[in-house]
Amino acid sequence: MEAATASLPELASVPWRSREDAGSLRRRAQLWTFFTTVHVVPFLAAAAGLMWLNPLAAPVAFVAAMHAWIIPELYAFRGASVVRPKGGNEGGEKVAQGFLGDLLGHDARELQRATGLVVERGRLGVWLVGESGALLVTSHRRRVHCFCVRATDRELPPSDRIAHLLLALRSDEEGFATVANHAFAGASWRVRRRLDREMRPALARALQTSVRSLPQPSTSV
Amino acid sequence: MGRLIRMDRSGHSTLADWTATDEKAYDAAMEAFRRELDEGYIAVISEGEGHATQVTELPIEAELVIMRRPIAGG
Repeated sequence: MEAATASLPELASVPWRSREDAGSLRRRAQLWTFFTTVHVVPFLAAAAGLMWLNPLAAPVAFVAAMHAWIIPELYAFRGASVVRPKGGNEGGEKVAQGFLGDLLGHDARELQRATGLVVERGRLGVWLVGESGALLVTSHRRRVHCFCVRATDRELPPSDRIAHLLLALRSDEEGFATVANHAFAGASWRVRRRLDREMRPALARALQTSVRSLPQPSTSV
Repeated sequence: MGRLIRMDRSGHSTLADWTATDEKAYDAAMEAFRRELDEGYIAVISEGEGHATQVTELPIEAELVIMRRPIAGG
């Protein structure tokens, strides 16, 4: 009789992290909203204040407003970057692509070939899995969480790297979110703008799926 | 028939095949399975969208057992 293990063995490498769940992700999203506001509001206030004091300060006010715009954009860019293709060993890619296709249903396979991302429904939300990271679309205010995570062998073909992450995700979703480095959480439109154009249909599909078919987020015990 | 494969730089490699009635083939597969575990691979049986089971023993009735490398935060 086989011995099955429920938790990812990789959790042993991050003993200091508490296990992620729907509640902890919600708190992360709230923190990101808070810090984004804290970064943006002072610059906007400075821009408005300068214009009120002296309209000749318009160039400086413009620079302050640009800061207010660019800081959240940089965060979103960092988040979207987790799923950008990293290239690497293309030698075994054809074989790896076939194997990854075997792990997916017809629709997910077609979408992966077109966008490079695998759509996978989970209990925490709808995942988009790339070569070296994953996005999670939650039903809670349709936030997108960006996770940086990869297979430890960097010489694997790109599709094999996706398959590694997909199998780990299917084995233990919360463990997967715990092992991965959380890079960003924010509104879906913010992440969408920073995604490569060909990846955007995958995010659109994940958003549709999250609205249609997600169960209510479970609360941890 | 069961198949043990390893995801590696070639895409994937088949390490062993066995049937429930062929004890010798199963033993050979078991040996290959343990060798991979010793090298740090993790064994998974995929069960479709959203489901996979990690195993530390080779199930004789499994159709496909996949050996994968550990993952880590990037």
